[in-house]
Amino acid sequence: MEAVLAGNKVNLTEDGYLVDFSQWTKEIGTELAKEEGIEMTDRHWEVIKWIQEQVKADNALSVRGIKKSGVLDIKEFYALFPGGPLKISTKIAGVPKPKSCI
Amino acid sequence: MKNLLILGAGTSGTMMANHLRSKLKKDEWNISIVDQYKTHYYQPGFLFLPFDIYTEDQVKKDGKKFIPNGVNYIQKKIEQIFPDENKVKLEDETLSYDLLIIATGCKIAPQETEGMKGKNWHKNVFDFYTYEGSLALRNKLREFKGGKMIVHFTEMPIKCPVAPLEFVFLADDYFTKKGIRDKVDLTYVTPLGGAFTKPKATAALGHLLSEKNIKVVTDFAIEKVDNETNQIVDYGGQIVDFDLLVTVPTNMGDDLIKRSGMGDDLNFVPTDHHTLQSLGHKNVFVIGDATNVPASKAGSVAHFASETLTDNILLYLDGKPLKQEFDGHANCFIETGKNKALLIDFNYTQEPVEGTFPIPGIGPLKLLKESIFNHWGKLAFRWIYWNMLLKGIPIPLVSRNMSKKGKKIE
Ligand SMILES: Cc1cc2nc3c(=O)[nH]c(=O)nc-3n(C[C@H](O)[C@H](O)[C@H](O)COP(=O)(O)OP(=O)(O)OC[C@H]3O[C@@H](n4cnc5c(N)ncnc54)[C@H](O)[C@@H]3O)c2cc1C
Repeated sequence: MEAVLAGNKVNLTEDGYLVDFSQWTKEIGTELAKEEGIEMTDRHWEVIKWIQEQVKADNALSVRGIKKSGVLDIKEFYALFPGGPLKISTKIAGVPKPKSCI
Repeated sequence: MKNLLILGAGTSGTMMANHLRSKLKKDEWNISIVDQYKTHYYQPGFLFLPFDIYTEDQVKKDGKKFIPNGVNYIQKKIEQIFPDENKVKLEDETLSYDLLIIATGCKIAPQETEGMKGKNWHKNVFDFYTYEGSLALRNKLREFKGGKMIVHFTEMPIKCPVAPLEFVFLADDYFTKKGIRDKVDLTYVTPLGGAFTKPKATAALGHLLSEKNIKVVTDFAIEKVDNETNQIVDYGGQIVDFDLLVTVPTNMGDDLIKRSGMGDDLNFVPTDHHTLQSLGHKNVFVIGDATNVPASKAGSVAHFASETLTDNILLYLDGKPLKQEFDGHANCFIETGKNKALLIDFNYTQEPVEGTFPIPGIGPLKLLKESIFNHWGKLAFRWIYWNMLLKGIPIPLVSRNMSKKGKKIE
């Protein structure tokens, strides 16, 4: 479905993830974060950047992977993105939701 | 003489040996295949073994039987690949190759989660992704009288991602037939946002769990298994109690990949999604569960991939450009219990949808819908595996690339 985020027309999946990462901008990320009740800080952006790099490099994302990343520990990950940190951070990063085949 | 070396004689390696022996001239190419084990396991059978649906003998055979004449079978452990020198070190010799195929699959890594492989491993904490785990679980289930049972998986990617869901459906059926379903509290625990994660499948199948009285816990990022309190604990503070935990641990490529410096964080080898050439070395190709391509880790996927890979290896040897062909095609039966199953047919970009398969408009199999016919299909898959798939025989009417015909695509 189409939506307007930060003044840009974007395509979203039924659960609100960007369909096409090339449409992503920092402003759009900020809007998506707001919908999740998150006010972005520099630390948030560092994590988002790391997630985008992982996805670009085809690395599977998991909470355990965060632990090994050296970027932040899991406690901080939960503190930055409370609830389902992976689900929420991927949404803000404009990358696909972690999913299975069905 | 030139040397083609295949690492791993599981589903993918065996298929490649069969494809290539008939395509490469015997007076030009030696083909060798290496595997540490004598036994070839039918891994999809590990889902049925715990419920006494299959016997031990139905899920294992002598691996050599499936390797064609003219291929040298070496039963040894592989220590390390030296891709810059075109060499592979085995436990007691070093082989040189002109072309290498990595087909070493992936396996469970329970040691990645605190307490998982603890004192209760295979006592009340089980996997069913290994022959040993599946068999131990069968013996446990035979005497299980009731209590809290969790079916759980740790993180994606895992092979056959629907297997945990199938397991919980079959468990419901098994306990019902035993007359103790009311004494078993069944909970499905997933790290993802739901038991189903794709819109079409969620809409079509979401009801199955509540209908079968199976509880679902989502977004569960496991931190540890507590062997004192019999609980699984997640990083966000969620806790689930169990009397019996059936878990799929983290899946990782073999340590050999790590020792060779050729893998990612989970020891999967970076591979071109469409040609199956390794990204690191032109004369190294990768197939099956060992790759990092974002397809399902399944035997059917390896089967479709093997056809593209065979063509690409011949093109490569001729010095021609490779085909950008592989589309991540997967075709999987999903057991839902009560002698019914679903069928899904999808690829990198197309999510599973409803429809008819393999003949558009006719079937006889139905996509994304429960049917008894689909269940027969799943059981027939064992025969197809041993008699067609491993031998590299194409499956009638089912093409390597996914077909959109017969699918309800909006
Ligand atoms: C419970 C379960 C259910 C499944 N259900 C289905 C299903 O319904 N449909 C489906 O299509 N797929 C299913 N699968 C997945 C399927 O079994 C795998 O995707 C398939 O076997 C992958 O083939 P492979 O050749 O890549 O790896 P494997 O078949 O695992 O082979 C890898 C081989 O490499 C060898 N090896 C690895 N490292 C070394 C080393 N260092 N030295 C020597 N040898 C080594 C191993 O011994 C092994 O024989 C299921 C899997 C499981 C576990």
